[in-house]
Amino acid sequence: MEISRRETLALGLGAAVLTMLPFRVNAAVEDSISAFTGGADIADGGVTLTAPEIAENGNTVPIEVSAPGAVAIAVFAAGNPTPGVVTFNFGPLAASQSASTRIRLAGTQDVIAVAKMADGSFAKASATVKVTIGGCGG
Amino acid sequence: MISRRDFLQVSMAASALVGASGFGNWARLAAQQSLTQGQLLEFETFGNVSLIHITDIHAQLKPIYFREPSVNIGVGANKGVVPHVTGADFRRLYGIADGSPSHYALTSDDFAALAKAYGRVGGLDRVATVINAIRADRPDAILLDGGDTWHGSYTCLKTQGQDMVNVMNALRPDAMTFHWEFTLGSDRVAELVEQLPFAALGQNIFDAEWDEPAELFPPYQMFERGGTKIAVIGQAFPYMPIANPGWMFPEYAFGIRDEHMAQMVEEVRAAGAECVVVLSHNGFDVDKKMASVVPGIDVILSGHTHDALPEPVLVGETIIVASGSNGKFVSRVDLDIRDGRMMGYRTKLIPIFSDVIAPDPEVAALIDEQRAPYLDEMSEVIGQTDSLLYRRGNFNGTWDDLICDALLSEREAEIALSPGVRWGPSLIPGQDITREDIFGVTSMTYGQAYRTEMTGEFLKVVLEDVADNIFNPDPYYQQGGDMVRTGGLGYRIDVSKPQGERISNMTLLKTGEPIDASRNYVVAGWASVNEGTEGPQIWDVVESHIRKLGTVTVQENTNVDVVGV
Repeated sequence: MEISRRETLALGLGAAVLTMLPFRVNAAVEDSISAFTGGADIADGGVTLTAPEIAENGNTVPIEVSAPGAVAIAVFAAGNPTPGVVTFNFGPLAASQSASTRIRLAGTQDVIAVAKMADGSFAKASATVKVTIGGCGG
Repeated sequence: MISRRDFLQVSMAASALVGASGFGNWARLAAQQSLTQGQLLEFETFGNVSLIHITDIHAQLKPIYFREPSVNIGVGANKGVVPHVTGADFRRLYGIADGSPSHYALTSDDFAALAKAYGRVGGLDRVATVINAIRADRPDAILLDGGDTWHGSYTCLKTQGQDMVNVMNALRPDAMTFHWEFTLGSDRVAELVEQLPFAALGQNIFDAEWDEPAELFPPYQMFERGGTKIAVIGQAFPYMPIANPGWMFPEYAFGIRDEHMAQMVEEVRAAGAECVVVLSHNGFDVDKKMASVVPGIDVILSGHTHDALPEPVLVGETIIVASGSNGKFVSRVDLDIRDGRMMGYRTKLIPIFSDVIAPDPEVAALIDEQRAPYLDEMSEVIGQTDSLLYRRGNFNGTWDDLICDALLSEREAEIALSPGVRWGPSLIPGQDITREDIFGVTSMTYGQAYRTEMTGEFLKVVLEDVADNIFNPDPYYQQGGDMVRTGGLGYRIDVSKPQGERISNMTLLKTGEPIDASRNYVVAGWASVNEGTEGPQIWDVVESHIRKLGTVTVQENTNVDVVGV
């Protein structure tokens, strides 16, 4: 088969589209967050997200979220094929608005916790968790 | 009441009193070539509490040579600041005379010549003499071992750490924390920890299943000394299951856990501690960041990255003391603790010149007793070296070049990979290479030398990944080792770039051709963190190679082009 210059350009365009993929992933997490917030503004602060800086095992990463006064906290993994991880709902009798769980991360990425407050406002916190092959130590 | 401003003045005045932490004294004496034990130990006792810090001994019971790095690059906020200062710049920074013992002890240039003049360093029998002398001044001094103690020698590997436990117990430490100890496997660690007559600390050692503090390792220990209460909080190496084989200690999880550290500081303050000391295996840059994030720590005794600094580094009101490695140094830290806080400090990094400091006879006998059953086998001469053999440095050391050559030739590989660890004594030109020397740079519980195929693409991923563990601008994402050493493979690294963009110009040295991302290459390496790795032990591979060579000569390595510094 002979590839013409025009076809080569088209191939190049395909490659460019492929390199755009990371942005699509970001868009996916934005879509997921919007679905939770209904597109409302999200303030920084008021949410504590505890996650390891480097995951010991990307398949089971312990995280903890806490947001005093929240009615719900949703957790998103920005780099996972499906960014939505979990939503914790807190009833009026909940003693504290905190929860911990373990999540699976496909690679190094940001984990984002978004809290819905009792007054309908939203707040978030995020942390970068590195997933590495490791192997050397002092 | 003393304000924060007063505190800083008091502490600064205190350190100025002894000429920059007592360090200037032996630097000047050094120029006269008249170093004595008395001068090395000279210290005007200060305040009411003394700490003695030793760390990263790596099972070096006997005096050795140990060359400090010539390349130690800092990134981000740590660019160009200690410990990322080497050679002549380091000497200028601390006012060290060229050719002086402190030049020899703390920097790398002219190492072979100075080693012949000043001799070996370390030896736990000499360390014992120093500890006893400090205890003579201050009988209730607190001796703290920063970990990486039960790893790194022939006898330590053969006795699974028992030799080190026996000798260290004779020095009577008050507490220790951990890193390579865990590579003995969690059962053996538990067995040894249960025999310890002192505290085994780690506020960041957690039960992996429940993510709760592990019962065997309390977070801290309180000491009543000098009419005050001191809390020592342990901080084990945060990235053990990543940098070392996690399958050997699956019950445990680690991490930096600075929120938990802050809780512990509050807890010990509430319990009446007037001084909070962190015995850390974080590595120096991580300790600096932790000091800036966690309030209320007075002293961090820093280990893991093997830095030796003649003066503490001040971060806010926290002093960070770095005491070197391989038994080469002991730090004495005198503190003035009054009215609920640290009012001042005086420190001294004491280099253990083995020809100057007399060995403690009891500990010397105990060391020989540990070594006796193995003496014949480990003293066997395998070859000689014409070159200085050392490891420390961000990119390569001559020991690693030799190990990579051994892997290439003994395992018939195109490319060799050797881990960027920071332990391992040096040998000077003209020395015999004994089996013990080979174990000094290779011994570990997962030393199998694998032989496998990797694509060019995967090799790049490996280099990028390891580079990010060293050159990520945020210290909390660093693991504290050096770059993986390569044989048969050259590359360029731009340390200022983000992960994925640092490595370029990868070249197969045998042919001079660029590495092809899609081609498979035969790669030999060792120290894989994966379970079930197969192959001969690396020390056998290296021994066989050295036997064939007879006399080892290592050429200067110019295969790594470093830019962006």
